[in-house]
Amino acid sequence: MSFVTIRAHSWLNSYKITMAQKRKPKLAVWKFASCDGCQLTILDCEDELLTLADKVDISVFLEASRTVKKGPYDISLAEGSITTQHDAERIKKIRKVSKLLIGLGACASAGGIQSLRNFTDVKDFISAVYPSPEYIETLDTSTPFSRHVHVDYELQGCPINKHQLLDVISAFLHGRKPNTTSYSVCIECKRRGNVCVMVAHGIPCMGPVTHAGCSALCPTYNRGCYGCYGPKETPNTASLSSWFKRLGVNEADLVRYFRSYYGNSEHFYKESKIHTKKRD
Amino acid sequence: MKNDKAKIKTIKVDYLARVEGEGALYIKIKGHTVTDVKFKIFEPPRFFEAFLRGRSFCEAPDITARICGICPVAYQMSSSHAMEDAFGIRVDGQLRALRRLLYCGEWIESHALHVYLLHAPDFFGYDDAIQMAKDYPDIVQRGLQLKKTGNEVVILIGGREIHPINVRVGGFYKALTKQELNTLTEKLKRARDIALEAVRWTAEFDYPDFEQDYEFVSLRHPDEYPFNEGKLISNKGLDISVHEYDNHFIEEQVAYTNALHSKLKERGAYFVGPLARFNLNFDRLSPLAKEAAHSAGLSPVCRNPFKSIIVRSVEMVYACDEALRIIGQYEKPEIPAIPFQPIAGTGYGCTEAPRGILYHRYRIDDNGRILDAKIVPPTSQNQKTIENDLWQFIPKYLDLPSEKLKYDCEKAIRNYDPCISCATHFLKLTIDRE
Repeated sequence: MSFVTIRAHSWLNSYKITMAQKRKPKLAVWKFASCDGCQLTILDCEDELLTLADKVDISVFLEASRTVKKGPYDISLAEGSITTQHDAERIKKIRKVSKLLIGLGACASAGGIQSLRNFTDVKDFISAVYPSPEYIETLDTSTPFSRHVHVDYELQGCPINKHQLLDVISAFLHGRKPNTTSYSVCIECKRRGNVCVMVAHGIPCMGPVTHAGCSALCPTYNRGCYGCYGPKETPNTASLSSWFKRLGVNEADLVRYFRSYYGNSEHFYKESKIHTKKRD
Repeated sequence: MKNDKAKIKTIKVDYLARVEGEGALYIKIKGHTVTDVKFKIFEPPRFFEAFLRGRSFCEAPDITARICGICPVAYQMSSSHAMEDAFGIRVDGQLRALRRLLYCGEWIESHALHVYLLHAPDFFGYDDAIQMAKDYPDIVQRGLQLKKTGNEVVILIGGREIHPINVRVGGFYKALTKQELNTLTEKLKRARDIALEAVRWTAEFDYPDFEQDYEFVSLRHPDEYPFNEGKLISNKGLDISVHEYDNHFIEEQVAYTNALHSKLKERGAYFVGPLARFNLNFDRLSPLAKEAAHSAGLSPVCRNPFKSIIVRSVEMVYACDEALRIIGQYEKPEIPAIPFQPIAGTGYGCTEAPRGILYHRYRIDDNGRILDAKIVPPTSQNQKTIENDLWQFIPKYLDLPSEKLKYDCEKAIRNYDPCISCATHFLKLTIDRE
């Protein structure tokens, strides 16, 4: 398995093209295998939605509109993961008609919860759910867009955070880099003045290896982080695993911690593999 | 053969808009007869029931929430209730009230999204609410405000609006204080006024003359309008406990859709969602919601699915009323969750998602691991009824220009607020005319 790390390197170049144009930038929203939650985040910007619609030309957004304007598009926001041959081809077409392609959420950047199939034989999954498996067309894996096409930027989270989404769109409109941070949930926890749930209460918490962005929600509600924003940059997963073991977490449970919404991301994938081998 | 083909008129909508997920509709018309209707869901399957196997019972509320970003609370509630059923525990008192309040929040945000942003544009001929906002800015703004209040309820109690993090088997991770809940009171009062306006507004829409003899299915509780629990009843004799669901409902796989079709063994297609709840539980609505329904000329039994938009508005009045009642009587519970030990067994749960009944069944082993899971979302239950509606609806409007007929078929499907992400866990419309 190989992994691709996304950087916003093409961002500023794309911006130059955009700022030179006088028309409104064309925005398209696309869906692949997903729960619709990241698209819904756009509609959940209740106070900003009509302002946003003023600033950009929403050309495709099927969840919200019947209008479908032809490309090319200045900015494509896409949620979901690639799980069918049809979708593998569709993302290539979308890439071709998009100046900037931004992946939204865990599915787009790591394959999402449905990438749990990557750890087993998908045929077993199909026959577990469908009485006539022969009707079902699916790939053996659920993969992020970056495994198929060049992606300009990925916004992490399951679901994404709406303030970060608005910042990313605004960054594009104003030609700056997005203000998303690369540190861990622990930093957000300290800022909120939370007592550490792991140190103080012995509750296993994925916060030290998890990307910030949720404002340390789970620890604020007295539970350990379960990693739904995926790995932070350069996470020390081995250290966290040894802490979890000291708290009495067994190998099987450790595998489950790393194998959930971001189970197919490079760092979490590798860590879970280490413990699968130990468990076997 | 060639001549026959030349006579076929084809209308295509590759992706039905303003629904959640990916689906298609195929309609074949020969002369003046509809010969085929297929409501297709081609959203790729995500296999939740399969990968839940081997996961811990305590992960089910977080994982199943990911089936749908529109109604995650319903998944969290049905899965928690099913686990509690397996372990023989009951969440009661203020913890139960807090769950009900969370459900009020989801109903308000989901119904407001559908009424204002997804369905109302159909009645005015707009492609979307953003276009509608150019002519009716105040209405769309108020709708967004109502939706925001629903989300604020979910954010406060659940932590965030999409995939809340505070729900657990046995209750919550953190119980809210009375003071915290009181911050919602004024917003909910304002939301209730907007919901009342929504009832008056939607009551004036032009509705097609279309009524069918449906079997409506919903939960029924001895004294509440149903959210969390109750018996499963219908207007055609169904009266069972949730434990008996599998004896009466079957799921069938058909070749053209990735979602399983659900049927009543005895009678076939049935109708779940706001209209079913309203028809079967009108007497349990709050006085204000009843009065709003009456003033809109709406009373049970309403058999016109297009009027679901008025019923959703009535349910928003109810949800605001109920939320205010709960907050008024709330006292912070002593513990956020009741303690229990997982034991091997089978648990059943069914709650009322905004779109209708959502059934979960889990078999658990001694270690609290899930051995198998069955999840039946509302849209998969409504699929056959949606198809039946189109079989009956299209012949009445065959003389319409194809573009108008296409628009009306889409509108008829949106009556059900179908959530296709749920049902597979999209809509392509093809009309062949000969």
